[in-house]
Amino acid sequence: MSHRSELEEVVDGFLTSHCGPDVVRAAERGGAGALWDAVEELGWTLPTLPEADGGSDASFADACAIIRLAGRHAAPLPLGETALIAAWMLHTAGLPVPRGPMTIAPVRGDESIGARREGERWVLSGRAGAVPWAPEASTIVVLADGPGDERLVAAVPAASVRRADAANLAGEPRADLDVTGVEVAPEAVAPAAAFVDRDAVLARGALVRAVLMLGALERIQDLTVEYAKDRRQFGRPIGRFQAVGHHVAQIARDVALARAAVESAIDATSDDGAPPVVEIAIAKTMCGRAAGSVAKRAHQVHGAIGVTEEYALQLLTRRVWAWRDEFGSEFDWARRLAATATITDAGMWELISSTRPARLDREPVAS
Amino acid sequence: MIHHDVADSPSAPPDDDALHALRLDVRRFLQRCIRDGVFEPQLDGWLTGFSREFSKLLAEQGWVGMTIPKRYGGAGRSYVERFVVAEELLAAGAPVTAHWANERQFAPQLLRIGTEEQRQRFLPAIARAEVVFVVGLSEPDSGSDLASIRCRAVPTDGGWLLSGQKIWTTAAHHGDYMIVLCRTSMEEDRHDGMSQLIVDLRAPGVEIRPIAGLNGEAEFCEVFFDDVFVPDADVLGDVGEGWRQALAELNYERSGPDRYMSTFPLLTRYAASADLSDPHVAARVGDVIAQMASMRSLALGVVEASEAGVDFGVDAALAKDAGTTFEQDSLDLLREAGLPESDAVLRRLFDAATLAAPTFTLRGGTNEILRTITAKELLA
Repeated sequence: MSHRSELEEVVDGFLTSHCGPDVVRAAERGGAGALWDAVEELGWTLPTLPEADGGSDASFADACAIIRLAGRHAAPLPLGETALIAAWMLHTAGLPVPRGPMTIAPVRGDESIGARREGERWVLSGRAGAVPWAPEASTIVVLADGPGDERLVAAVPAASVRRADAANLAGEPRADLDVTGVEVAPEAVAPAAAFVDRDAVLARGALVRAVLMLGALERIQDLTVEYAKDRRQFGRPIGRFQAVGHHVAQIARDVALARAAVESAIDATSDDGAPPVVEIAIAKTMCGRAAGSVAKRAHQVHGAIGVTEEYALQLLTRRVWAWRDEFGSEFDWARRLAATATITDAGMWELISSTRPARLDREPVAS
Repeated sequence: MIHHDVADSPSAPPDDDALHALRLDVRRFLQRCIRDGVFEPQLDGWLTGFSREFSKLLAEQGWVGMTIPKRYGGAGRSYVERFVVAEELLAAGAPVTAHWANERQFAPQLLRIGTEEQRQRFLPAIARAEVVFVVGLSEPDSGSDLASIRCRAVPTDGGWLLSGQKIWTTAAHHGDYMIVLCRTSMEEDRHDGMSQLIVDLRAPGVEIRPIAGLNGEAEFCEVFFDDVFVPDADVLGDVGEGWRQALAELNYERSGPDRYMSTFPLLTRYAASADLSDPHVAARVGDVIAQMASMRSLALGVVEASEAGVDFGVDAALAKDAGTTFEQDSLDLLREAGLPESDAVLRRLFDAATLAAPTFTLRGGTNEILRTITAKELLA
């Protein structure tokens, strides 16, 4: 296992006691409860903002550590959308960051939202599909095309937006939004920072999903290891059978690769610039691959109990299957990667050798 | 067990700019070599590209014996710098077999457990690429079950008499010395009673027979020992510690960039000519990039772990399983994307990779053995 910081110990401890499988199941049925308020009170919803702006002055890596643990516990909260995307868009545009759960729109590459002035106020137009957590967000941060080539960031009260609610295959709330005619006060709109554009928002979204997936994949590995040690057949733990043991080893292998890719993307990302598209593309591609291979092997090791509602494995595997396709699948990101390699003989190697390796401060598996 | 002292520790890695400058130096040098016909890019250049001349050329640049301290004639550089040079050599498809195992295993091993006399005798020669070490582990009846080896050395006046047979020894017919794992006593636990001997391959009683592979090349050999005298001074490490020493050495062997870059010269040539406007082709090329970059990140993590002196056996096993599985799968990815019929060089590389592919997941420990190591550790 990775070396854990004090923050990680605290967050993990809190989520273990306050965000167990029953809480996750209840959230899937529509009862999120007071979990958000408790997490907000602990200062984990806007970690990277300065304290003066309502944040906790934490590093980007610390923020990602919180998101990773949220993935590990399948936490029914838009922590990534709030902390790593919405707050980043607002803060880099010089706008105040409100409390409460936030989401962003649009989240698909082929959608756009327009903004025009009507007197003092801004008026939006357009639609955005499958917006994550929109039914539970208090603020929707919209990246809008203003007059001319201007890109605008707008903090839109969620209550003012028409919604058609839905859920992804993990039961997480999603909604199709129609913002046409929605009015926004001038103090809630500002030009986006130079590096905040649609590609950057989608890349940040892909990073959030990759970090969540890594957390969930690590938990899937742990559950599978425990099950293979506990479950007995033919008079011994099934993990003693080589065929089962090799599934476990290959889960660890694929999770280790995903971890290397995600940690590398986290290290390469900063709040003060454009997201590192290459490292994020690699991370989302590798997590997408692992979502397929790791979940398949984990279910095979678990047998029938793994596909039951009562056992926690499915809470995690359904999430990695859902997150795999959000903010671009591994195929989308792999294509994007290929497009960044220049078409010379040395192009591919130049690209690979210039990627940032993961920061090497973790303990090895066998420590 | 003899531990290397602080003075012999590799230096701290330089900053990113210095690393990048080193990378560009190596890259430009290799591009010049290719342009001047010094070598032709090949697959598996670390295993099948034996050229003492080319290794000496690299040694003159200071890119052999990189982590050997200066007082033993080395470059006194960090493991990370060595990694950068190694991956540039592999990316270019350079013929580096003659010094590869020295660099990867024996120099670090001599520094860890060699005697002062052994270090002074061998390390300067390694740094000049004047000596070739090969590794003798497998025997006809001992492959994956390495602890069942029967090669045996009995004490004699001033040393040992070695008898038995090794097989699948890479480049033994080109080598000067073999590190032989053998039994030096019979103990209750079969993992005890083994030792490592440094055997002069020109000594009386040594016979080497190359084995032709399915590609027509002789990459490995069988080696016979008939009462070969090995002086006490050529025992590596401690008598009776051979098993643990060999396992430590295998961890170094398993975790390098050579475990995921065997097919790279093929992949990069493919990517250079592929029609990336075809989404199916682009998805597969991108997949190759993502996988290789992640392998690289993982391998650098293992380098760091080894440098920090922690046990990295499972990390090395995971990394090698991942890397060699990718090497094999990469051929399928190219087939699925579509191989052009008109590119003769690409075809030559692809055919060579097809013939080499079965050994990717065998050499240095089969993937099944690696998975068993990982499973044992995780399920303990």
